[in-house]
Amino acid sequence: MTTATARISRPGHSAPKPSTNAKARERALAWARRAPLLPALIFLIIVTQLPFVVTLFISFLNWNSLRPDQTGFAGLQNYVQVLTDPDLRQAIFTTIILTVSVVLVSLAIGLGLALLLDKKFIGRGLARTLLIAPFLVVPVAAALIWKHALLNPTYGLINGALTWIWSLFGSSTPPQPDLLSQAPLAAVVVSLVWQWTPFMMLILLAGLQSRPMDTVEAAQVDGASSWDIFRHLTLPHLRQYMELGGLLGAIYIVQNFDAVFTLTSGGLGTANLPYAIYQTFYFANEYGLASAAGVVVVIGTIIVATFALRTVFSLFKKEAAR
Amino acid sequence: MSTLTPAARRNTAASPAGFDGGSRRGRFGKFGGAKSRMDPTRNNTAAGLAAWLLALLFAAPVLWMILTSFHSETDAATNPPSIAANLTLDAYQEFFGATSGVSPWPPLINSATASIFSTVLVLVLAIPAAYALSIRPVKKWTDVMFFFLSTKMMPVVAAILPLYLFAKTAGALDNIWFLILMYTSMNLPIAVWMMRSFLAEVPVEMLEAAQIDGAGLLLTLRKIIAPVAMPGIAATALICFIFSWNELLLARVLTGVVAGTAPVFLTGFVSSQGLFLAKVCAAAVVISLPVLFAGFAAQDKLVQGLSLGAVK
Repeated sequence: MTTATARISRPGHSAPKPSTNAKARERALAWARRAPLLPALIFLIIVTQLPFVVTLFISFLNWNSLRPDQTGFAGLQNYVQVLTDPDLRQAIFTTIILTVSVVLVSLAIGLGLALLLDKKFIGRGLARTLLIAPFLVVPVAAALIWKHALLNPTYGLINGALTWIWSLFGSSTPPQPDLLSQAPLAAVVVSLVWQWTPFMMLILLAGLQSRPMDTVEAAQVDGASSWDIFRHLTLPHLRQYMELGGLLGAIYIVQNFDAVFTLTSGGLGTANLPYAIYQTFYFANEYGLASAAGVVVVIGTIIVATFALRTVFSLFKKEAAR
Repeated sequence: MSTLTPAARRNTAASPAGFDGGSRRGRFGKFGGAKSRMDPTRNNTAAGLAAWLLALLFAAPVLWMILTSFHSETDAATNPPSIAANLTLDAYQEFFGATSGVSPWPPLINSATASIFSTVLVLVLAIPAAYALSIRPVKKWTDVMFFFLSTKMMPVVAAILPLYLFAKTAGALDNIWFLILMYTSMNLPIAVWMMRSFLAEVPVEMLEAAQIDGAGLLLTLRKIIAPVAMPGIAATALICFIFSWNELLLARVLTGVVAGTAPVFLTGFVSSQGLFLAKVCAAAVVISLPVLFAGFAAQDKLVQGLSLGAVK
């Protein structure tokens, strides 16, 4: 009693206030919680964010490393060149076409495969393992196999199979298309779809296996056809997973370098943005231009990533209440 | 005496749940007839056939790659393809430098070094970070999670020039340790997301009980967290290993002869010179083996890893 009144009646006194100690303890606790996080966070900021800031800075310079004496400030000139130079414009176009077609086709095929694998049949595990195999081959190796062992017009497997099929009908003049030079972008798309379909299939299969079966059984009891069940029950549940697969796949495929580099070396109009930037900086030594193109890629990725983050966030929200 | 046949009498023995096909009865349902289409254990032959056809179609390039690597060069280059040709190890001997004298071991060792060390570094950084985001979360942990994810979404091409310039001025070009740092930063966001989702599976009740019983941090880690999180740590390690091993762009720009990795070595095969199909296939098989093993080992958790923990 007396202590309390004493504290109140002597306001200017420097008696230790318990609330300061409590706040200091709270702060110390908060820092103890943050401490394990800091090494990873700081490492990542230094290694990923700092270089991008430097890229941004260089993109405003006119810098060709073969003519270092002519380096100077260029304003937005590099960006104008990125958007008007026919090769770079073609690269932007190619990147969009490549990404969209690979993602859509592999999602569609992946959906079909996931639906099949969802049912029980003999050897399902082995079939699943075989279907994952394309994703586990090193991308450069896979592109090499497609270029030399499959697409090669003289001794590739595709033309060989055509020869064999035609010989079954007694013909000795089978069509032997040179797919790589006649439809190079399609060839790149096919090899990427082959590699990425397992990825989509796995995500969609996980989605299928997590759907609530009681509503499906109730619908079957009520006599709904398989197609109705698929359209009204399965597809809406899968929508989130399709978005996740599509957006994650898009983020990886936009950055694809190995397939373009190996299959066509960027020739015949198949150069996508990563390859074009690599060429600009590694061979043409145009550092300012390459940096500007890099910034453009980041802006494009941010747009796609905003949608991706929203999808991940919605799948993530269920866990956030912990 | 029951009027049911012996088979039906067997089938009507008490069963706990409603649908009772069971793998033992194969195609037969509870009363000896076909299984209802609601029975999840029914064998779908149509689906199975279609799935197997597609599985073989998808695996065909891989199987062809393996088969061709065991053929001689002349047999490999025939049209139509010779499936039943003699098997030989010539291509592998060629690949390991029998005639050309170029050994693939340095690139393979470089890839192994880069992948293993970067994976260890990633785990050392990611596991504490994941701990601080799941078990004892910091205040704005969702924001931190999304920052990590956003760094992954930034394309490598946007940062590659400054990294190259820095490495050049610091004399770190063609240096495996710089590459290890790069791979660590490449895999860190994935690892943090994966580890967070695995650590989040540790039961809260056990953690609270341990806290009440006065268990210290080390004890909690060893006895409660580690058993639950070990498979997750293994899966994270395997997936980071796979991504490091596969990487080409950074390796090509930042390394050369001394520190060149296996994918860089493979790019030497891009232009064709003479009969070399079997050798290419042998090279592809050897270089893909570690990734194939790692992928099949992590198969169960592969989806969780690839989807950054969003899908179980």
